[in-house]
Parts: sequence; structure tokens; C-alpha cells
Amino acid sequence: MHSRKPFYILVVMLFIAGITASVYRGIEHSVPFLPGKQVQSWAVDAKVSFQGTGEPSEVSFSLPEDPAYEILVENATSPGYGLTITNNRFDRRAIWSIRSATGQQDLYYKVTLIPTGQERLLAESEPAAPTPYMWPATESAAAAQATEEVWAKSATNLSFAQQLNQDLNANERSQNIELLLAGNSPSKLFVRMLHNKSIPAREVSGLFLEDQRRRQQLSTFVEVYNDGEWHLFDPKTGSQGRPEDLLLWDRSGTSVLDVIGGVNSQVNFSMLQDTRSALATAIDVMKNDNALDFSLYQLPLEEQSLFKGILLIPIGVLMVVFLRVLIGIKTSGTFMPVLIALAFIQTTLITGLVGFLLIVAFGLMIRSYLSELNLLLISRISAVIIVVIGIIGLFTLLSYKFGLSEGLTITFFPMIILAWTIERMSILWEEEGAKEVFIQGGGSLFVATLAYLAMSATWVQHWVFNFLGIHLVILALVLLMGQYTGYRLLELKRFKPLAGE
Amino acid sequence: MFLANPSALTRGGVLGMNKRNIDYIGRYNPRKYYKRVDDKLTTKQLALANNIAVPDLIGTVSEQHEINDIPAMVNDTVGFVIKPSKGSGGKGILVVTKVDNGRYYKPNGQEVTPSEVYRHVSNVLSGLFSLGGNPDVAIVEGLIQFDPVFDGYSYEGVPDIRLIVFKGFPIMGMIRLSTAASDGKANLHQGAVGVGVDIATGKGLHAVQFDKPIDLHPDTQKELTAIQVPQWDTLLHTASKAYEMSELGYLGTDMVLDKYRGPLLLELNARPGLAIQIANGRGILNNLRHVEQMPNHNMSVEERVVYAKKHFSANS
Repeated sequence: MHSRKPFYILVVMLFIAGITASVYRGIEHSVPFLPGKQVQSWAVDAKVSFQGTGEPSEVSFSLPEDPAYEILVENATSPGYGLTITNNRFDRRAIWSIRSATGQQDLYYKVTLIPTGQERLLAESEPAAPTPYMWPATESAAAAQATEEVWAKSATNLSFAQQLNQDLNANERSQNIELLLAGNSPSKLFVRMLHNKSIPAREVSGLFLEDQRRRQQLSTFVEVYNDGEWHLFDPKTGSQGRPEDLLLWDRSGTSVLDVIGGVNSQVNFSMLQDTRSALATAIDVMKNDNALDFSLYQLPLEEQSLFKGILLIPIGVLMVVFLRVLIGIKTSGTFMPVLIALAFIQTTLITGLVGFLLIVAFGLMIRSYLSELNLLLISRISAVIIVVIGIIGLFTLLSYKFGLSEGLTITFFPMIILAWTIERMSILWEEEGAKEVFIQGGGSLFVATLAYLAMSATWVQHWVFNFLGIHLVILALVLLMGQYTGYRLLELKRFKPLAGE
Repeated sequence: MFLANPSALTRGGVLGMNKRNIDYIGRYNPRKYYKRVDDKLTTKQLALANNIAVPDLIGTVSEQHEINDIPAMVNDTVGFVIKPSKGSGGKGILVVTKVDNGRYYKPNGQEVTPSEVYRHVSNVLSGLFSLGGNPDVAIVEGLIQFDPVFDGYSYEGVPDIRLIVFKGFPIMGMIRLSTAASDGKANLHQGAVGVGVDIATGKGLHAVQFDKPIDLHPDTQKELTAIQVPQWDTLLHTASKAYEMSELGYLGTDMVLDKYRGPLLLELNARPGLAIQIANGRGILNNLRHVEQMPNHNMSVEERVVYAKKHFSANS
């Protein structure tokens, strides 16, 4: 006997691959693990306005760049303007240009953002050491002294920044700091003093997201680099860390808005909070990132809905294997119950059961007449198929006449399968009597019902379509059950007399 | 309690369906030899070549137009049986016990009209009873004149003797008796009575109907465990020989006793059922393991029968 090891390795690999693929899809592509989950999204409008002077104008506007928010959709509207979006790292900018602009000019940029939960600002590479700031002669001594004072009280870049931030906002500030604050804004002073100690730091602009706010302005923050990560400080208030609902708009350290050929330029923001389906959001994000490779969402809609049905079959098959191998239920035709269950999904359970029983009962009556005609098997089955179609047509018409819309779904039953079911049941009836027909027919319907219940659960439908890895897990389970040599549940009853005293 | 404790069944050596399929049928029955047992015509020819007695072959029907030749074949016989060559589970067997001036009667005295015979054979040829629904051949066999030793034990049907032969060793046996409930058929799931018999002696041990132990035949009220199968050694030899003939390790042999010709091999089964354990009141697994653990043996049929009688008896 050959070793079973490769088999178990295969099963374990299928398991791991399936689970990993599903978890990856769930976490990396934020496909929700449960259906119907909602996420909040933010719609932010930026309105850039300036007075044109009749000269050629060029407006360069910084675009949001924040790992905590993913851009779902963005667009810029500005009739008459040429638009380019530059994609420099950490400095995405929209550049509008026009040959001649006169009077009030309004340019709009709209963006839809969803939170990613990635609150930390990780740096991909170590920033270059900043050039020290040249203080004016009046401030030079005070700056040097203040810097050394803080430096003495700190251990690392980060603690230096923290200490400095505290000192800038202390109730009783030192004279040096007071002097420096008179000539520098708190954030500028903060950055300059850090630069003097060769600590990478930059001014960034952020927008506080608040539902239904209009005419909002950007707020200034400072990012300080320490050990692979940027830390956010607010030297105006002395606070550290990322405030809730803050969107970092510009992290380049340069200006947010540059207008050439215009005056009185300004930018206003308005925003709106919205909830949308987590799944739809994940699909949009994947489409943006071209990450749809192994997703069925890249198929045309018609094929997608086809696959939604096809991908349920493994669940039904798993159910059949389970009920036959572990429980020991008899069915008429191995996978007939799965096909019936698929039809139940279209018809709903009660209508499906009633319809199935009606068709089979009618079919059996007509089949009993056909059996008196001494026909060849092929012709008899073919006749039953045609009769089944007739019965389905009749029931559909009748239910339409009586206004029973449920009856119309009866057409979803697979006719060939029904014809074979009728034929088998009829033979079974003749050979083994009505009892066996009810046992096997009932068993089939029971399995079909369970398969239907499994296949119609919304979270099952969500999983089999969105997490294709789950099919590898099902395959592994089916393989594993194919190895099961223990007793079936119903055998425990059957062999009860042998269980010993 | 409603269900048996699985560990109690394991202790009793009860073989379950899954284990039978994987560890015995899957391991000891090579697929390529299935044809030898699934096609009864092949089985018959092989049996004749191996000097194993089988019921008389009256003729075969393989085309629809040949069905009309059946009356000419059977009108001189006392009775006949029509069965599908590739049938399973006793399906599609038509037994006619009396032929009288071209009129046919079933064991229960009911008449079978020629058109019913025609339809039955037509169904057989279309593959209605065959595995997988493939076109089939109908076999017309002579009626078995069954041995009167079983009179009173069987109701309207031929009792048949089932032996499980594992690697050539007969390891468990039972006799199947038809009842009114089984409509003259010898299939246990249809209500026939199964009586487990001792491998060493051919004596009845224990009886069941519908998987429940019983003592008396439901129709004739005879005590079932008092049954004694005659010509037991010949039956064991025939069954054991079927191993060399079929080359299937895990084999079910079905035999009948003919009044004049002795034991006849009816058919072989590559997927014998598990009910024989209930009929014997004990599991089959211990005997299977016993044979599996035997060192590579090279025994003749006679030696195997002697070994089996010594080791696989219920009393040993």
C-alpha cells in the first residue's frame, strides 16, 4: 500500500492556500467578510478661486495624499482650462492652465475618500538631512540658546520634538521663545528649530472632516521624522498625534496653492459624509488599483450572474457528500438533489417543493399509462420529457390565470432531470413498491432542501463569489471525506443489534 | 438508546459502508476485473470454463427483433428465468415457473402475458436495469428445480446462499429466504429473511428480517435457526474457486441448490452488502483482518476451505 502522506500534504496545502487567499482578499482588498456591511465615505469639494488679470494663468493645487484615506473617485471641473495631474511621490498636484483669465475664476476639485484605518505615517525611505535655517541676526542667539536648552532635556529626535512642542506651548514660556514667537509662527519656529538640529521635519496641511461643513480651511501641522515613521505635531496647541477625522491634504512641505497670473487666490473646502456598501467600495478600489486579477468582477455582468449560480454548486455538492458519506441518506440519483436545490433558489423553497411534487406526481400518472404502451426506453424517456414540458407549461399558464406569480418560477426546474426522476421513481414503484419511492424521493427532497438552505444563505453566496479561495477549502473537505472509513450515522442505528451486550 | 455506540461497533468488528468501499472493495477488487462479475453472461462463461456448475443457458437476446424468438426457446421448458446480463441488486429478473400451452405463470400463480414478457425484455435491452443505463443483453435461463430441503423455509422463491469470499477464503455465509413481504425475491432490503450460517457446518445461527432479529419464518412459522444447508462443503469449494476465476479479493458469491444438479453458481458480486453481518449477529471485520494478517499463503482451494472451517466458524 502506498503512503498516504502526499495526500494529506495536498489536503493541508489546499486548506492553507484557500484560507490564505480568502484572508488576503478580506484584509488586503478590504472585501468585507460579512455581506451587507457598510463603510463611511467622505465626499470633499475643494473650490479654488482667484481674480484673473487677463494674463495667462496657471494654478497649481496640491491634491490629498494620506495613507489613512483611499481615493475612490476624483475629478476636476473647470470649463475652459487645460488640466494635468502630476503624480510625483508625496506631491500630487492638479495644474490648471488658461491663456487668458479675467475676473472671478472658480475651479473645482471633487474627491470621494474612504478611511483605510492605516493611521500611521510610515516613511518609505529615510529623508535627506534638512539644511539648517539661517536665523536673522536678532534671533540667532535666542534660537541657539532655546535649542540647546531643549536639546539638553531630550534623548532622541522624537523626545526633542515633544519637549520643544511642550516648551512652545508652556504657560510660562522662556524669554527666548517669546522673542522667537514674535517673529515666527509656531509651526514655522518648530520646523526651523528642528532643522537646526538636522532633524527632518516639514509643515503639512490637513483638513478636519466634519459632516455637512462648508467654507472650511486647511490647518497646519508639522511632521517629524523618527525611526522610519513621521509623527504629527500641532505646535499651535502643543498636541501630538493624529487628531480624529483629520485628512492630510498636502504633505509635500511646499505650498498648497500657487497661482500665476491671478490675484486674491483662495481655496475653500466643503464636505459630506456618506455610507456605502463595503463590498461595492472594495470593488471600486480594486478597479482603481487594477487588482481585479483573480476576481470575477472583471467579467461582464451577465457572466457574473451566471457564476453566482455556478459557484454555489460546490456548496451543494459538499452537502450531498456530507449527507451520504457521514449520515448515510439515500437519494435517487447522486447529484439530482443539487440541481433541484439550484431550481429552488429561483423558485423559493415552498413553491419549489409544491411545484416539484406536482410535476412528479403528474408525471408518474402519465408514465404509468406510457408503461402500458410497451415503448422502447429512449422513446419513453423522450415522451416523459415532452410531457414534463407540457405539465410545466400548463402549471405556468394556470398560475398566471389565477394570479399566482410564484407559479411562474416553475420553469426553472431542469426538465431532463425531472424526466429521469419520474422514470426512476416509476421503475422503483413497480419493482420495490411505494414505500421505497417515498424513502428515496423523500431522501432526495430532504437533501435538496438542506442543500438549498445552505446555498441560499446570503453569507454563503457572498463567500463563494467574493472569496474564491473558499472553493479550495471545499475541495479539501471533499477529498478528506473521501477518506472517511468510519461508520455512517444511520449505520449506528442499522447495526444496533451488533453493538453487543 | 436509539443509536449504537460507534466504539461498541468497532469492538464487535462491524464493517461499515465507507470502510468497505475504501479498505476492501477499493483495495482488493481491481476495476479491470469488474466486467467478470457485472456481466452475468461473462460470469457464466468463465464459470463453465472453470468447471463450476451454473443454471442452464437457454439463450440470449441482444436485439429488439430477437424478442419474438423467445416463445420458440421456452415453450418446451417447464419454466424459465429472464434476467439482464448487467443487472444489479436483483433488478429486472422475471421468473416463470410454469409454461402451459404457450401461457406463462409467475411463482404466485399470476399469468404473465406475452406482451408483458415482450415489454420486460425490451426494457432489459434498453438498459433500464443495467448499471449506468447502458444497452444490455437479456439472458434466458432454465428454471432451477430447487432442493426440497428448504421446503417450509422459503415462500414462493428460491432460497439462495450468499458467501463472502475474501482472498479465496469463505469467511461468512448466510442463506436468504424469500417471504410474502419480499414478493418471492431474495433481497434482504425488500423483506427477505437472512439466516446467518456457520462456516464450519452450514447450520443456522441467527436470523433477521428488515435488519431486526427474528426466530420464526413470518409466513411458514418454521424455526429459522434450525436450518441446515446440505452439501455445505461443495458450496464452500464452489465459492472458494470463484476467487481464482474472478481474481476479485472481496467477493460475494450467490449460489442455489438444485434438486438434481447440486450447488449452482447464480452470480458473483464485487460489492456485496453488509446485511450479512446482521444475519450472523456479528461483525465481519475480525475475519477480514485475520486473512489480511496471514503471511503470503499459497493454498489450494481444498486447503483454504479446511482453514476457513477451522478458523472462521462462529464457535471458534
